[in-house]
Amino acid sequence: MKRLTPYIKPYRKECVIAPLLKCMEALVDLFVPLCMANLVDIGIHQNNEPYIFRIGAILFGLALLGLLLSVIAQWFAARAATGFAAGLRRDTFAHIQSLSFSSADRIGTDTLVTRLTADINQTQTGINMGLRLLLRSPFIVFGAMIMAFRVDVPSAWIFAITIPLLAVVVYGIMWITIPLYKKVQNHLDQVVSGTRENLTGVRVIRAFRLQQKEIQSFEERTSLLTEASEKVGRFSALTNPLTYVIINLATAYLLYKGAIRVNIGSLTQGQVIALVNYMAQILVELIKLANLIVTLTKAAASASRVEGILLTESDMADGKDDFPADTTIRFDHVSFTYHGASEPSLKDISFTAQPGETIGIIGGTGSGKTSLVSLLPRFYDATEGSVTIGGKDIRTLRLSDLRAKAACVLQKALLFRGTIRDNMHFGSPSAADDDIWQALTDAQAADFVKDKPDQLDAPVEQGGRNLSGGQRQRLTIARALVRKPSILILDDSASALDFATDARLRHAIRELPYHPTTFIVSQRVSSIMYADQILVLDDGILAGQGTHEQLLKDCPIYREIYDSQIRKGGEEA
Amino acid sequence: MKKPSGNEKAIMKKVLLYVRAHLGLVTLSIVFAAIVVGLSLYLPILQGQAIDRIAGSGQVDFTGLIKILMIMAGTTLATALLQWLQNIINNRITFRVVKDLRDDAFKKIESLPLSYLDSHPSGDIVSRVIADADQFSDGLLMGFTQLFSGILMILGTLVFMFSISWQVALLVVVLTPISLFVAKFIAEHTYSHFKKQSEIRGRQTALIDEMVGGQKVVQAYGRQAAVQEEFDAINDELQKSSLKAVFFSSLTNPVTRFVNSLVYAASGTLGAFMVIRGHISVGQLSAVLSYANQYSKPFNEISSVITELQNAIACAGRLLDLIELDSEKPDPSSPAVIEDFTGRVDIDHIDFSYVPERPLIQNFDLHVRPGQKVAIVGPTGCGKTTLINLLMRFYDVNQGNIRLEDTSIYDLSRDNLRSGFGMVLQDTWIKEASARDNISMGKPDATEEEIIAAAKAAHADEFIRRLPQGYDTILHDGSDLSQGQRQLLCIARVMLAIPPMLILDEATSSIDTRTELHIQQSFDALTKGRTSFVVAHRLSTIRTADMILVMRDGNVVETGTHESLLAQGGFYSELYNSQFAES
Repeated sequence: MKRLTPYIKPYRKECVIAPLLKCMEALVDLFVPLCMANLVDIGIHQNNEPYIFRIGAILFGLALLGLLLSVIAQWFAARAATGFAAGLRRDTFAHIQSLSFSSADRIGTDTLVTRLTADINQTQTGINMGLRLLLRSPFIVFGAMIMAFRVDVPSAWIFAITIPLLAVVVYGIMWITIPLYKKVQNHLDQVVSGTRENLTGVRVIRAFRLQQKEIQSFEERTSLLTEASEKVGRFSALTNPLTYVIINLATAYLLYKGAIRVNIGSLTQGQVIALVNYMAQILVELIKLANLIVTLTKAAASASRVEGILLTESDMADGKDDFPADTTIRFDHVSFTYHGASEPSLKDISFTAQPGETIGIIGGTGSGKTSLVSLLPRFYDATEGSVTIGGKDIRTLRLSDLRAKAACVLQKALLFRGTIRDNMHFGSPSAADDDIWQALTDAQAADFVKDKPDQLDAPVEQGGRNLSGGQRQRLTIARALVRKPSILILDDSASALDFATDARLRHAIRELPYHPTTFIVSQRVSSIMYADQILVLDDGILAGQGTHEQLLKDCPIYREIYDSQIRKGGEEA
Repeated sequence: MKKPSGNEKAIMKKVLLYVRAHLGLVTLSIVFAAIVVGLSLYLPILQGQAIDRIAGSGQVDFTGLIKILMIMAGTTLATALLQWLQNIINNRITFRVVKDLRDDAFKKIESLPLSYLDSHPSGDIVSRVIADADQFSDGLLMGFTQLFSGILMILGTLVFMFSISWQVALLVVVLTPISLFVAKFIAEHTYSHFKKQSEIRGRQTALIDEMVGGQKVVQAYGRQAAVQEEFDAINDELQKSSLKAVFFSSLTNPVTRFVNSLVYAASGTLGAFMVIRGHISVGQLSAVLSYANQYSKPFNEISSVITELQNAIACAGRLLDLIELDSEKPDPSSPAVIEDFTGRVDIDHIDFSYVPERPLIQNFDLHVRPGQKVAIVGPTGCGKTTLINLLMRFYDVNQGNIRLEDTSIYDLSRDNLRSGFGMVLQDTWIKEASARDNISMGKPDATEEEIIAAAKAAHADEFIRRLPQGYDTILHDGSDLSQGQRQLLCIARVMLAIPPMLILDEATSSIDTRTELHIQQSFDALTKGRTSFVVAHRLSTIRTADMILVMRDGNVVETGTHESLLAQGGFYSELYNSQFAES
């Protein structure tokens, strides 16, 4: 839990005051049985009516004091808990954002979302309840015992036996249930992923008429969850009955022992009543404590899961150097293997890209095209060899600079909820509307944006769902162009565009006044054939390198691709 | 402060409908609760009697005392056993009700119109099915365990108290409404805070879902700080709202405890006078005082149960809102049935738009003969995918009709209609299941040989074999599969199902052309004699089509074959020729 302590630190004051006030309130509670003993022994047995009134007044005063202390304590506890949770949520979110691609891939989106939401809520509840009761309940338990010893030592021994016995029962049940709760959590995760999956795959599921099957499999998951919850419920439901039995048997014994002591004149009737009251107080507090422990256990489990996320170090160290003015890019014997993969995705790749050049990358599915361009903005680091810009290893460059200069348009065209302008500002927050329109024009997106009644203010749904695939792609390209990058990477990001638009797009990029070094990953020969340099990848190996004409002559794989797409087509047409 | 009780009542009623399925258990729980309450209320009387046997030095009646203590022990054991059983029953009821709710919510998700799902963040829906259901289950469990017992406890205590001393009992009864009033007041204030908290939480979850899901883009653009800012704003709002919700709900306990202490002080004082006047014994005073304590405690518990229940109801409300959304228009009650699809498709003068203000497809007419290959081309965003949405009935037309084999598709069941089509979309979707199960999705009873044959036809066999556990490798949406590999897998699904008609929406957009060429042969074999609709940008795919629809702005502007369209020299030839243009 070490990693989480900083979040509670700002609330140190609250964390001291809340339990302290709760303990003072507990002290107030502990006085009540003594008052009652005196009420019986002095008020009743001595027929002292004014004394009875006095006790009544004291009890009233104690109640008022207890209320005051408690309300203030609750306020501080609530502040500490919600403040802690907010801080933790903020930093966990920030940390998740800083995770490297490979770390985030490994943990998975669903898990990250659950940690941020359900788990942190659970810890908030834990802290709130903990501050209020964690000290107060034991304080009353032991306080009641001490008071009992002060009343009569021989009768009070039963307290010393009862309390540890109760502790064994409560902790024993916890010990049994904790691993069971973990299972419940696992089953819940299954339910989460089932729900999410059916939302994202709704079209396919309906097309294949799988709704009934999916409902069945979801019901199986909820059944497992229900079973697991019921199982743990059977054990945790034992706590109250068992403690009840122990306390009442102890009370019976206390009455018996008390009777002996009263009979020989060492104890009064009122004191016996006080002792029984103390026993009752212990029960009340122990029930609270048991519930609290369940809450705290859940909270602790959640907290350690959140901590696990915070402890996931981003496996990518930031560099310190400025982005060089010379943007010559060199891949020097680069090999790359994804985490956990058995085969490298790239093997011994070397090439040089001069500033302003257009580099086309073509190759089969899974040949390593995306892996290759992912190394440039350091989404992943090369496993062997080095990538240098202007002679500097990119690992020595400041990551924020590198990514600001090397804009990558990913294969999956993802936009965010907001307006088109918001999405463009995503690329460059300071971009003026003119810059945005320029980028949209270059990305061949200006026409359809202009067609929208709200233009730049047109709404974009989560993921850009309200736009077609091609519109999304062009907007993601515009988002990259808004940054005016030195290096522009288009990772198969025009696949949904028709040929005419694609050609206009390439033309516009070629004419950009700031001449970025452009990497175009594509399946289409037409998209890359005019590049200054074409890299042909085959199963992670650089199978060919050169201009279109050179490759047609020397590279059989390139020729095959070309033939399949263009030459043959041309003949037929 | 608004009174949300009407709405709450409506939700409560619906929740009770769910509980009704477990009526037997509920009855049992109530019976057990009654016995438990009765027995536990008997205990203070026994204690009082015991105390009266301990009057003072030399005045202890040991025979009577021991007999009473034995009864105490027996009662205690019986109470504990029944209490345990009751807890188990309550757990069962709660967890099953939540399961039923979740299952219903899920069933609803499976039948919601696409227009709803396409326009609502999935994170919000997930949060309802998961977090809200959980909160609801916690609240319901507490409610069940404590609400009923609490009420019984109050009634039982009243009976026992009045039997001992009506004066003290009356005092308690007169003072207690304060507790009720206070609890109600707090509960009302808390509900609105919880509701607000729940709403802000929903917004935050949606943001988290979006940003964590799109983390790669966020990082690629170095937008962490801006996203963080947005997150922080909601987070601060949530903190403030949570503080209020948590604090106000936590007031219930101390305030009702205070009232409880007042009752205790007053009845202690009054009781003491009555002992002096000889109306009751000391033991009876002690019993009546524990009742005074117990009498307020259920109120205490009930009030906390009520806040918890209110939170639960707010959550149940959100969950029920989802369950009660309008499903898709139901299938006709006695649908027409097409058993053999020949592949004849007639689209008669249809109008369609996603939003009424922006008409998209207008007066579109198309007649496809069995076995024809229809290619749909056009600039992006011209409505190509819309046609597929309509054919598959993901969306319904506003005007006009679509007929299959001369039967209106609106007279068919959706399952019947969709069984006629095999569909591969550009947006690939992988189920969390083995590669094998992912392929056999459309034909669950497929043999191993068929599955492998389909994978081979889709050129997916090779990469699947290279996965850590081959065909048994569990895949999920975040798997390390490339977009192309995902498409191959989706194609394998269709290759296995061998549907009478095919819809290919950019099915091979992420597959390299060499592989595509091979797949094309498989597709050609598959589409031979089958009607197919192909959305594609690659003209090599389009060239062999029997009919090409050239779309622009939602309308078909040209129809014909490749040759006839080129000869026409219109929009199509412009599109076609542009692919060789120098950039």
